[in-house]
Amino acid sequence: MRFELTTDQRDFAASLESLLAAADTVSVARAWADGDHAPGRRLWERLAEQGVTMLATDATPVEVCIAFEALGRHAVPGPWVESAAYLPMALGREVEGIGTVAAPRALDADVADEVYVVVDGALHAATPGAAHVSVHRGRHLFDVTPGEAVDHGDLAAADDLAILATAAQLLGAGERVLADAVTYVKQRKQFGREIGSYQAIKHALADVRIALDFARPLVFGAALAPTPRSVSAAKVACADAAYLASRTGLQVHGAIGYTQEFDLSVWITKIRALVTAWGTPAEHRARILDSLVGA
Amino acid sequence: MDLQLSESELAFQAEARAWLAENVPAEPLPSLDTAEGFELHRAWEAKLSAARWSVVSWPETYHGRGASLVEWVIFEEEYYRAGAPLRVGQNGIFLLSPILFEHGTQEQQDRFLPSMATGEKVWAQCWSEPEAGSDLASLKSTARRVSTGPTTGESGWVLNGQKIWCSRAALAHWGFGLFRSDPEAQKHAGLTYFLFPLDAPGVTVRPIAQLDGEAGFAEVFFDDVFVPDTDVLGAPGDGWRVAMSTAGNERGLSLRSPGRFTAAADRLLALYDDTADGPNRTAATEAVVDAWIKAEAYRLYTWGTVSKLKDGGDIGAAGSVNKVWWSELDVALHETALDLLGPDAELESRWLDGYTFSLSGPIYAGTNEIQRNIIAERILGLPREPKGQQR
Repeated sequence: MRFELTTDQRDFAASLESLLAAADTVSVARAWADGDHAPGRRLWERLAEQGVTMLATDATPVEVCIAFEALGRHAVPGPWVESAAYLPMALGREVEGIGTVAAPRALDADVADEVYVVVDGALHAATPGAAHVSVHRGRHLFDVTPGEAVDHGDLAAADDLAILATAAQLLGAGERVLADAVTYVKQRKQFGREIGSYQAIKHALADVRIALDFARPLVFGAALAPTPRSVSAAKVACADAAYLASRTGLQVHGAIGYTQEFDLSVWITKIRALVTAWGTPAEHRARILDSLVGA
Repeated sequence: MDLQLSESELAFQAEARAWLAENVPAEPLPSLDTAEGFELHRAWEAKLSAARWSVVSWPETYHGRGASLVEWVIFEEEYYRAGAPLRVGQNGIFLLSPILFEHGTQEQQDRFLPSMATGEKVWAQCWSEPEAGSDLASLKSTARRVSTGPTTGESGWVLNGQKIWCSRAALAHWGFGLFRSDPEAQKHAGLTYFLFPLDAPGVTVRPIAQLDGEAGFAEVFFDDVFVPDTDVLGAPGDGWRVAMSTAGNERGLSLRSPGRFTAAADRLLALYDDTADGPNRTAATEAVVDAWIKAEAYRLYTWGTVSKLKDGGDIGAAGSVNKVWWSELDVALHETALDLLGPDAELESRWLDGYTFSLSGPIYAGTNEIQRNIIAERILGLPREPKGQQR
């Protein structure tokens, strides 16, 4: 019984953190949103060199969660869940380059080297069609047309890892919004005091701290024993906690938080998109209930 | 990183489960805040203690098993899963004993711990005063130094003042609380931690009926109550620091272990399963799932806490995160049960008892507003709020 990251796992988290903190990821995300994928591809390659794209096949879900928390904390753009969590499990191999899969639309299919869709429980290659605009401008979503069926592994397990990776990404995004909100309310003064000294602000941010603290163990508990129930619980809790972080973060920033220019907008919109990505909260709650009370 | 129990932990779990299955009363005992229920709960404590299950984490010399923190959490999970009675001795066992082990003299440990373990002596906590609730350190009850006591001639202290909302005091034997021993010292300084028998000359206990009509707490009046030096816990004047180690325990792990909530969440799921289809069931569905998720989160979170403590870490302000979580979970879980019961929700039932009790959770052991201040200031590092006039 040791429900804490090992030294190696902490070191891995720290190395990703230092890479991403120095990579100006917000600019990368903004360029990606504007259709300039070059900085995002360079960052993708650097993360692949760190092993992020091979974690699903060569490491454990714990390492996958560590990586996705970091990707969420730094708002790294691209179809990471699809390419580094779902497809390696579905195909039984690391994706060379960038891959994506329709769930139900294919994220960033215009950038992907490989595009897939699941039809009647079987994996098919797919061709991207019409594009859709997301609340998060960095998420370009495409309809797809199924092509040839391809060999595949356990798609349910692939789905569960994608759900868990999305949960971890939400956890990282929520932590980032809380950290930035705390920094802001310590600086911003109104009525002659830092607004962070007012209880209305303190209690709202304390509630975010509490929600994130109790979402985290569900993520790593599910990573140690991934089941439909455990990954759905992680996704529900992380979506709730990150969404609370985004609403609270926006509120304590006031009007400046409501601008596209201010970087908070990158996380607020990303969290909103991820709340319903890879299964809505209602779908995940239904899955949990089914597992607990039977039919 | 792993959630595996060792062979010896699994054996401990099996032993606890088997004993509880054999010995937990089939019918719930009457409320421990009635005279009859109090005695039956004490008898249960004696039975637990005889089999060395009442204080598993204590050393064997004091009726414990020297169980590890992991084993303690396992025992709690099994205890509540088995539907065993509430612990009438919890103020002493979970709140006072950690302080006695840390700050008590050998003589105090030998004198107080055994009777606490067997349920022979039940303890009441006496913190609040009419004008000192959340702002506990503004308390006014006094302790005056005397060189000779009224009967034995030994030196000690004379207590005067009033405590209120003293849990278990209506029926308990001993109390613990803070008194102002140095009127000149600043607010948090000059407080001393005392232990006193509730039948001592000068002590008057006036029970207070709680929301459910039962006398779960009481007012306690002190009129020149003599307490010998041997019943001072920690150093005179050091009471605030000594008491705050209890506060951490109460908010943190020891008062409300996750087993209580995982067991309640399981019962809630069974209730949901037994509830006929209809609007009450439909409307409660999301809350039923969320209660299960939150209890599971608390279970896993606790394993994280245990892992930190095993490595020599400290709960610290995280105890406040814990307290807000379990107290709000307890209310939500019982509200959901009442929602499922529909028009029967108002009728006497175990769920209704649990609901009424849960409403006190966000208030006792430091209100959740105080906990959120602690989280904001000590964990998030936000600036302290300007305080009103200090004494």
